[in-house]
Amino acid sequence: MELVTPEIGLVFWTSVSFFILFIILAKFAWKPIMGAISERERSIEDALLKAEAAKDEMARLTNENDALLKQARAERDLILKEAKVLKDQIVADAKDNAQKEGARMIELARIEINNLKAIAMADVKNQVASLSLEIAEKVLRKQFEDSSKQDALVADLLKEVKL
Amino acid sequence: MHFSHVLKSKKIALSLILGVFLTFCTCKTFATQAEHAPETEQPAHTEGGHEEAFNPSEVILEHIADSHSIHLWGTASIALPVILYTDKGLEVFSAANFEHGHKDFAGKHYTYRLVKDKVAIVEGTDNLLPAATVLSLNKKLIDFSITRNVVSMWMSMLIIFIIFLSVSSAYKKREGKAPKGLQSFIEPIIMFVRDDIARPNIGYKYERFMPLLLTVFFFIWVNNLIGLVPFFPGGANLTGNIAVTFVLAFITLVVVNINGNKYYWKHIFAPDVPVWLYPIMWPVELVGIISKPFALMIRLFANITAGHIIVLSLISLIFVFKAASVSLVSVPFVVFMDVLELLVAALQAFIFTLLTALFIGTAIEEHHH
Repeated sequence: MELVTPEIGLVFWTSVSFFILFIILAKFAWKPIMGAISERERSIEDALLKAEAAKDEMARLTNENDALLKQARAERDLILKEAKVLKDQIVADAKDNAQKEGARMIELARIEINNLKAIAMADVKNQVASLSLEIAEKVLRKQFEDSSKQDALVADLLKEVKL
Repeated sequence: MHFSHVLKSKKIALSLILGVFLTFCTCKTFATQAEHAPETEQPAHTEGGHEEAFNPSEVILEHIADSHSIHLWGTASIALPVILYTDKGLEVFSAANFEHGHKDFAGKHYTYRLVKDKVAIVEGTDNLLPAATVLSLNKKLIDFSITRNVVSMWMSMLIIFIIFLSVSSAYKKREGKAPKGLQSFIEPIIMFVRDDIARPNIGYKYERFMPLLLTVFFFIWVNNLIGLVPFFPGGANLTGNIAVTFVLAFITLVVVNINGNKYYWKHIFAPDVPVWLYPIMWPVELVGIISKPFALMIRLFANITAGHIIVLSLISLIFVFKAASVSLVSVPFVVFMDVLELLVAALQAFIFTLLTALFIGTAIEEHHH
């Protein structure tokens, strides 16, 4: 029974001591400690939030860069495509031109050949005519010896010669 | 947190069960010794009384109880001041005057005698009254002496001040930096009290009660630990003293009821039952108010006292059997108990604080309908 009977003296000293302990600790220990801990927690949270924001910003920048790169790539592809088309067109045009020019030159050559042929034919005809005239002269001279025969022959020859 | 993890660990749970089992075992031996004690006492007296028989229950209760002197070693001890408030006035003198209860001391108002380490008034110097009669006269005086427990409490307070004021200055010096040294040991415990005791039980208003909870937690814990030290700085059974646990529980009672909101009081005085039941409900609820801190008081007292009794009983075995070889058995058990008591020291501080937080939480809880 003695063990479970609180002694007034010890109750008194415990109350006084605990009160003093509480006041001093509350003022000089718990207040600064709790303050410092929560302050640090706040700063850590702040730093974490900032890091998160920085990460987001980074991701955003990376995305932007990716988009830019993609766009640049697309543009490059477009330009290359256009260049290819242009090139093909130029090559095709050149080919076309060359063909046309060739054809035109062949045509010109043919005309020239024809002209030259015509000239040559005319020349030949002239020579044949003069030759014929010479022959005819010689024949005429011979035929002149027989006048009747001459006339008949001339008429005959003229009839035969056809151009 | 690391701390809560430790408490949940399976190993700890196992050792707790073992400890409880062992407690019953040792309590039994203690009980049997107490029964046999008077028998062994008788022959010693007949032999001539020069060698007092060993009475374990007396020794143990003497260690558990408060004292007017601090025993150091052998016959050396520190006499503590005796402060008495008698019906005739205040009386202050040293306990050395009693010479360990062998002599009466004639003070200004009365003659005093130490009976079972308690100061009592002696009526008539020649008349050696039996102890029971002397104690019954105690109504005339209130003992405010600086006893062993008071000294132990002040030493623990000194330790607490040294620890926490240095930690607090470390926070000021290393503002915003990671904790270091003692600071990094204390901080997780403070965080544990905050995050695992205060916040979940009290809610968002926890900050107002943090100083009280932290003070109670560290006061109980440090005193529990000091109580485990068997020699001078320790040796007292402070948290196993009903007066101390009474004060702590009373603080809880006051804090809970001062902070109780209208929902708390409505629940007590106007609960949701038919009105004719109120005369039954009121006493029940009022008993409920008292019984919660009362349980706190008894729990801490019983746990710590039981631990001390077990350790002392195991040590007493050596003297009961008067054989040093018994120490081969009892010393390992004592070591085991001491380790268990280390856990109990922290656990009881934790439970006391937790329940205080819980009671505060229920008192300030807001009901949203």
